[in-house]
Amino acid sequence: MPGKNVLTISKLRASVAGKSILKGVDLQIGAGEVHAIMGPNGSGKSTLAQVLAGREDYEVEGGGVTFDGQDLLAMRPEERARAGFFLGFQYPVEIPGVNNAYLLKAALNAKRKRAGMPEVDAYEFLALIKAKMKFMQMNEAFLSRGVNEGFSGGEKKRNEILQMLVLEPRLAVLDETDSGLDIDALKVVAKGVNSLRGPDRSIVLITHYQRLLDYIEPDHVHVFSDGRILKSGDKSLARELESRGYDWIQEGRVA
Amino acid sequence: MSSKSQEIEAVLGQKYRHGFVTDIESDSLPPGLDESVVAAISRRKQEPQFLLDWRLKAFRHWRTMREPAWASVRYKPIDYQDISYYSAPRAPTDAPKSLDEVDPKLLATYEKLGIPLHERARLAGVAVDAVFDSVSVATTFKDKLAKAGVIFCSFSEAVRNHPELIERHLGTVVPIQDNFFAALNSAVFSDGSFVYVPPGVRCPMELSTYFRINAAKTGQFERTLIIAAEGASVSYLEGCTAPMRDENQLHAAVVELIALDDAQIKYSTVQNWYPGDENGVGGIYNFVTKRGECRGRNAKISWTQVETGSAITWKYPSCVLKGENSVGEFYSVAVANNFQQADTGTKMIHIGRNTKSTIVAKGISAGHATNTYRGLVKILPGADGARNFTQCDSLLMGSRCAAHTFPYMEVRNPGATVEHEASTSKIGEDQLFYCLQRGVSAEDAVNMIVSGFCKAVFKELPMEFAVEAQNLLSVSLEGAVG
Ligand SMILES: Nc1ncnc2c1ncn2[C@@H]1O[C@H](COP(=O)(O)OP(=O)(O)OP(=O)(O)O)[C@@H](O)[C@H]1O
Ligand SMILES: [Mg+2]
Repeated sequence: MPGKNVLTISKLRASVAGKSILKGVDLQIGAGEVHAIMGPNGSGKSTLAQVLAGREDYEVEGGGVTFDGQDLLAMRPEERARAGFFLGFQYPVEIPGVNNAYLLKAALNAKRKRAGMPEVDAYEFLALIKAKMKFMQMNEAFLSRGVNEGFSGGEKKRNEILQMLVLEPRLAVLDETDSGLDIDALKVVAKGVNSLRGPDRSIVLITHYQRLLDYIEPDHVHVFSDGRILKSGDKSLARELESRGYDWIQEGRVA
Repeated sequence: MSSKSQEIEAVLGQKYRHGFVTDIESDSLPPGLDESVVAAISRRKQEPQFLLDWRLKAFRHWRTMREPAWASVRYKPIDYQDISYYSAPRAPTDAPKSLDEVDPKLLATYEKLGIPLHERARLAGVAVDAVFDSVSVATTFKDKLAKAGVIFCSFSEAVRNHPELIERHLGTVVPIQDNFFAALNSAVFSDGSFVYVPPGVRCPMELSTYFRINAAKTGQFERTLIIAAEGASVSYLEGCTAPMRDENQLHAAVVELIALDDAQIKYSTVQNWYPGDENGVGGIYNFVTKRGECRGRNAKISWTQVETGSAITWKYPSCVLKGENSVGEFYSVAVANNFQQADTGTKMIHIGRNTKSTIVAKGISAGHATNTYRGLVKILPGADGARNFTQCDSLLMGSRCAAHTFPYMEVRNPGATVEHEASTSKIGEDQLFYCLQRGVSAEDAVNMIVSGFCKAVFKELPMEFAVEAQNLLSVSLEGAVG
């Protein structure tokens, strides 16, 4: 049985540029659970992820979120990250000239500092990141390249998972990390995510495809539509969506 | 969106750290400028007749000139009669022979700046010719340099001890009539540095000078002359910082570099003069003429600069590529924050055959600042096979700053190759958010992004100077830079 909730979202409403996007999201994620969120384009899945991460473009208009008992929405984005909230971006940004390993080391140290741990030294860090890169089947050349600079779509996604593995978050929200991956890369990414699974960690997969869920088996599947969760179920719901699409759920709601 | 910009600005809003005044009594001339002032400066410095004549010639020419108005900078008219043209720290004897003889207050000033002179000199093996206001007060490592035959001293000392070198070379790269500020400098220059590296000698250490403007209302007119003879090479570092004050201070330096056959001169600058406060009050006016001449074959002159300070910067380190196969380089990072105005760039004049030049200019604007790149690549008819590569990138932080790029090309040889690349980007809120989401603080994130942007220039700086440059950049843009 899962332990206490890691994340509790209640009646969350948010808008962007004056347009209401999240219209009352309720979701509870227990420790050790893997949740999948599926839903049509533009329904607000990424918005939910960004609001949780603390992106200021999004205006929270109501509701609340607790993360390990803390008021998540009151925390600054970097505090959320240091507390163990990780967002795998749908579109990871390029930061030219900023060394990939350097950013990751700074990120790890920021997290360790908050936990009262000493900074990781360069050797230790190098050993750690090299091991994780090997696991993710990434060439070490990516270490010294600029953050996502000139990476292919699939390489960017792999880099996101690499960062997640190094930072070992309490809760990872992966926004379409499977999009744009070839089948081998998908397996590698799934392997990375699965390696992080454990009683203390929770994972939210935002995806359009059952394919990912063949490799990472979710405990719960939610259907997101028009800014809220319309239906929740177990992994069989994802299969049903795959064969029947979203219309039946949306129609069902109207009816 | 706007709240993010505010955050960036909050991070950038750090106050100038090097703002303090040392109250060493100054032995200054009263404000004003006429021939008698020019003569008085020359007399105080016990200069030979040729130099007095040269100064007077420059002064007479200057009076016929008008201040240039074409740079993209705006400032209140300067009253040249309201400036004192000479200021020297008062000392019991003429010049100290060792650090022990240096005014302890002066040394304390260096401490505050994070430049413990003696330590720095010993540990880093850097000879420091410290210019405080206008007169050199401490010079170290002379012996080691003397053994190699390198002359590194204050300009006044060179006038006394090597007048023939001065007479032969002074004004041959930047003639007195070159421009308004160069003419003014030629008339009233106070002191500066002189370097001569004899044929075949690699200067055994990096030469470094710290400039500091200290006496109130004293225009600073530094004069630097560096000569690398055949096959010689030298790396020269110039760094500066100034105390906080309300008065605008004029600074019009002239730097001349001469590289003969197979000689190399690398000139690196970190400039951190007081830029004025958040409202644009005060700050240094920095009108500098820097030019190097590759006189011989295979000569190379390389300018690297990190400009974070001054209210107004007007500065175009240039290379005249006369010798066949000679090479000119210009690597620049110019940061403008608050109400700073920077108009910088370079000129590459290709005269000789197969001459090559590279320009990498990075401009960073924040607050209400304006950053202008103005570059000229001129290829004369005789410069067969000349090549130039220019890259200008601008980074904007927030929405109230501006960047302009004026790359002028004048190609009069059809066989020449000229390439130009330019980009302007806003500091990505996406980039910033990405770093925040990984747990990195906003301050560190901004610095990381800026440092990444400047990488191509920083790697051209000598090692320990690169660290210093990043530190200075951090003062303007706060925090630790990767
Ligand atoms: N900055 C913005 N300005 C205006 N509208 C926005 C902004 N960000 C998101 N939206 C709108 O909000 C809605 C939800 O977008 P969101 O990216 O959350 O959808 P999604 O469910 O992740 O879609 P997809 O499956 O295509 O990734 C869309 O209609 C989108 O156009
Ligand atoms: Mg999305």
